[in-house]
Amino acid sequence: MGKKRKTPGINGSSSADIAFMLLIFFLITTSMDTDQGLARRLPRPVPKDQKNEDVDIKKRNIVVVLISSTNQIMWGGEVINVKQLKDKAKEFIQNRSNASDLPEKLEVDVPYFGKQMVTKNHVISLQNDRGTNYQVYIDVQNELVAAYNDLRNQISKEKFGKLYEDLNEDQSKAVRMIYPQKISEAEPKNYGGK
Amino acid sequence: MGKFSKAGGREMPELNTSSLPDLVFAFLFFIMMVTSMREVTLKVQVRIPQATELQKLEKKSLVTFIYIGKPTPELRTKMGSETRLQLNDQFAEVPEIQDYIAREKSSMKEEDQPFMTVSIKADQDTKMGIITDVKQALREAYALKISYSCSKRID
Repeated sequence: MGKKRKTPGINGSSSADIAFMLLIFFLITTSMDTDQGLARRLPRPVPKDQKNEDVDIKKRNIVVVLISSTNQIMWGGEVINVKQLKDKAKEFIQNRSNASDLPEKLEVDVPYFGKQMVTKNHVISLQNDRGTNYQVYIDVQNELVAAYNDLRNQISKEKFGKLYEDLNEDQSKAVRMIYPQKISEAEPKNYGGK
Repeated sequence: MGKFSKAGGREMPELNTSSLPDLVFAFLFFIMMVTSMREVTLKVQVRIPQATELQKLEKKSLVTFIYIGKPTPELRTKMGSETRLQLNDQFAEVPEIQDYIAREKSSMKEEDQPFMTVSIKADQDTKMGIITDVKQALREAYALKISYSCSKRID
């Protein structure tokens, strides 16, 4: 009996099955989608006792984008379609020609860029009806964000040779100073019937 | 030329499967990394709208979801086909949002609370009326960071 017995190897052929079962369990219980969307910041609530005072904004600095209950888009009183919106918004934000009916330009000292003329006080006021379709609303928001992103990318390329989203924090902050995103989602109003 | 003849009747060597579990495990871990546990069962139908300028929501633990849509076909007989809200696992009304946000907020770490994001998952055909109501309720609840959940548009 002095002979040393070998320990038998554990049969591992079923561990593949176990692993497969775990895998299938996870596949069923999880969802692949990484959530993405259009990020927005809401304004602070108006205190109830405070009267709803309109903030004094010069008329040239504001443009009203209205989406009607029939999903038509108005850019400051003019009916346009979604495709025109981006160019309109870019023109408005940039005011390249320094036109008197587009937002005024103020001198701002921006890091990396030095003194820049910026349409600092511009506001795009987005208004909608209660009957507006959500997809149309998102389309409009998307076009506005696209306008900002285009402008930011353009200036980042010129200055840093990179896209806006690849910049480091200080650089992107500087770019944001030149093109601040000012989309205001107005207090709800009811235009016309449902 | 006996070299190519099959006269030998050699046995087919058995495939070595000992590394198969490792492969499957590697795949399993990959899946576990890229996915997240589904937390709620949807009671409303949500086909989220499409957009191109998307931003990813960074930290899943800071995100609270609000679903807006029509009840699913199975629930339609009970709930009707009006657009409804879903918070967690049940249908809710707009005034309940404040409580819900407050509850979610208090369950977070204190230093994380300012970064709380509310993701609005609404159906594409929703009317803006209910979304405006939800937005107002979120403002009142001081949940100011929101995200309109969208999927990537493929042109």
